[in-house]
Amino acid sequence: MKITQKDVEHVARLARLTLAPEELEIMTSQMDAILGYVDKLNELDTEGIEPTAHAVPMANAFRADEKRPSIGIERALQNAPQSGDDCFTVPKVIE
Amino acid sequence: MSFESFTIQQLRKKLVDGEVTSVELTRACLDRIKETDERINAFITVCDEQALAAAEEADRRLAEGDTPLLTGIPFAVKDIFNTLDVRTTCGSKILDNYVSPYDATAVQKLRQQGAVIVGKLNMDEFAMGSSNENSAAGPVRNPWDEDRVPGGSSGGSAAAVAARQVVATLGTDTGGSIRQPASHCGVVGLKPTYGRVSRYGVIAYASSLDQVGPVARTVEDCAIVLGAVAGYDPADSTSVDQPVPDYMENLAAGVKGKKIGLPKEYFVDGLDPDVKKAVEQAIETYRELGAEIVEVSLPHTDYSVACYYLIATAEASSNLARYDGVRFGVRKDEGEGLIGMYQRTRAAGFGDEVKRRIMLGTYALSSGYYDAYYLKAQKVRTLIRQDFLDAFKQVDLLLTPVAPTPAFKLGEMVDDPLQMYLSDIFTIPVNMAGTCAMSLPCGFSELGLPIGLQLIGQPFAEAEILQAAYAFEQASDFGERSPQL
Repeated sequence: MKITQKDVEHVARLARLTLAPEELEIMTSQMDAILGYVDKLNELDTEGIEPTAHAVPMANAFRADEKRPSIGIERALQNAPQSGDDCFTVPKVIE
Repeated sequence: MSFESFTIQQLRKKLVDGEVTSVELTRACLDRIKETDERINAFITVCDEQALAAAEEADRRLAEGDTPLLTGIPFAVKDIFNTLDVRTTCGSKILDNYVSPYDATAVQKLRQQGAVIVGKLNMDEFAMGSSNENSAAGPVRNPWDEDRVPGGSSGGSAAAVAARQVVATLGTDTGGSIRQPASHCGVVGLKPTYGRVSRYGVIAYASSLDQVGPVARTVEDCAIVLGAVAGYDPADSTSVDQPVPDYMENLAAGVKGKKIGLPKEYFVDGLDPDVKKAVEQAIETYRELGAEIVEVSLPHTDYSVACYYLIATAEASSNLARYDGVRFGVRKDEGEGLIGMYQRTRAAGFGDEVKRRIMLGTYALSSGYYDAYYLKAQKVRTLIRQDFLDAFKQVDLLLTPVAPTPAFKLGEMVDDPLQMYLSDIFTIPVNMAGTCAMSLPCGFSELGLPIGLQLIGQPFAEAEILQAAYAFEQASDFGERSPQL
């Protein structure tokens, strides 16, 4: 077993997903199979190899720190499930 | 008049000569979609009104004189592109009610060239899938056999072109999502080099792998659309500031004297006999066209799928964290506080495949596992990329199959996600290496299903693979057959 149901519950919490009990069981067995498969990467010796985060040799794509027009509040709130006072409304964050 | 078989240049001539108006063309296109899309389901949203308004504007400009090449020609784009004031769902329930407040750069560029956008194309949810069976809008059916998948995740983009609903479409490709459906649908699809086309406004799946690309019936049309959307974009810090060549300029240059590499790891047992036969015949055609065929090796090929399903899922878990019901999309607030809202929204809004990949990615990045999984995969990615750079020291481009089999039946692979993942073996490595590749028709199976061949080019050598593709296309007629609908 690469991964247990307890592990899967923990990961679900991290990912902010709730899984129904049947989902949890299937998810555990599927993740177990996939993690078992990806384990084959350990056949490779990667000692001293630099990781690739970015396939094209490019770094530090900066721009000048100058103010520019943005999308605007109206457009930004256009799809808000709930809004008010030019803000997105959400359930209470701090008790 | 039926416009279905015309290329972009042919449509252009008819519009400029006044033989047809953009409104007529757009109406014909919308009618064709109405006639065929109940069966194919390539479209999630058809924007009749906006399209006809754009067509009227195009006709005004055409009447006045000089206009850009794409003026008045109908196109459609994958529902992953933000399109101003048009619903964009990304194939997901969680964005069911999302209306884009802006245009993706690629869409802006098409519009600047005068294109008329008629609708948004069906896709696997959040671009995660190889069959277009993971869509909240239902599966897309392959126009060549409606019991079969069109491929994915840009299934709608490929099916719409194959069904002659539009002349060309935009798709995206993260692990093969343009090339594989293009192959299964008998059309031409191209994934540019990472950074060649702006990703601004493209809903992100895996930010270091995603690329925008054209799908069309001919190589020339692909070249035209690529030219229209490629280029540096200050709004996308991963886009590369390199000049865009004129892809049409030397399209007919041919392949005499070119060295084409066959990576031996792509020609092993397990390849469907029809696919093997078609690709071998294509290799012969290239020999006859004057290319030198060389065997090469990409030794880390077998590790690409494992590598991809760690990197892509990790990046996806981060990119999809924004779907939380706060700022856009669906919200499920059942009075359980903020975290409860996130959990309920995401549980209800995401499909199974998306959940699976988020879970895998979260696990691979989590404390205690990051080094063993994500970091390890990034190191293997370096090895995979180096394989390609080494091969390109010996040859100009590579030729491979696109998929191990022709299109499979709907439902055939849904219960075995790992099996589905393994079928991306030939396309995934290209995204890992960041270079360009295209898929074009090279034959049909015994059952009449399209088979594609893949040409892989050096970074930013799209012109070269287009030339090689054009040469093959001119020497064959596989692209001329069309499905009976």
